[in-house]
Amino acid sequence: MVKEKELQQKQPMAPIGVWFPAVALAWLIPGGGHFLLKRNGRGALLAASVTGMFLCGLMMQGAMFQPQSGDLLTTLINTGGFIGDFCSGILYLLSVCFGYSQPDIAGHVHDYGTKFLVTAGLLNVLAMVDAYEIAAGRKE
Amino acid sequence: MPKMNLSHFEAAFLFSLFASVVMGVVTKRTDRDRLHYGIYTFACFLLALFALGWLMYFGHG
Repeated sequence: MVKEKELQQKQPMAPIGVWFPAVALAWLIPGGGHFLLKRNGRGALLAASVTGMFLCGLMMQGAMFQPQSGDLLTTLINTGGFIGDFCSGILYLLSVCFGYSQPDIAGHVHDYGTKFLVTAGLLNVLAMVDAYEIAAGRKE
Repeated sequence: MPKMNLSHFEAAFLFSLFASVVMGVVTKRTDRDRLHYGIYTFACFLLALFALGWLMYFGHG
């Protein structure tokens, strides 16, 4: 087990042409990288989960973050939140294109909604990493 | 866009479900292990949800 991990760590990085299309598609369309790599079942589960979480966030009227500068905490929260939102790929792009703009209002439902939107993007990052590992041949 | 009005528990339950599915899918190497890990993380989420809920209830006095 330990030797297996050591071997994996010593493996050189796969050429960018091998993994980039899968990772880019995984960002743009949740689960898309897995579909490209013929892992249809896992791709469908990822697509359903990330899309479901994002749509729940929209229906809960969660707020989208915009990068802001200011004190360290404000910068960290808003920039981190924006990156999380942006990682949802086409879901984020479509919601911005269709003019979704929800102010940050008080209430636990809206608060959960904001977290759902960010977490959907972060879960998509996990899916992108998984797509990378499959494309690079480190995982089945 | 239809609106959802969920309680704390319902929202946290949905959050746990979606997060567990993704964690199960991306973490392990076989389908059996993925299923087990997904169920395990979902159970951990629910356990933490109930434990923190009761902790806050008693903490409020």
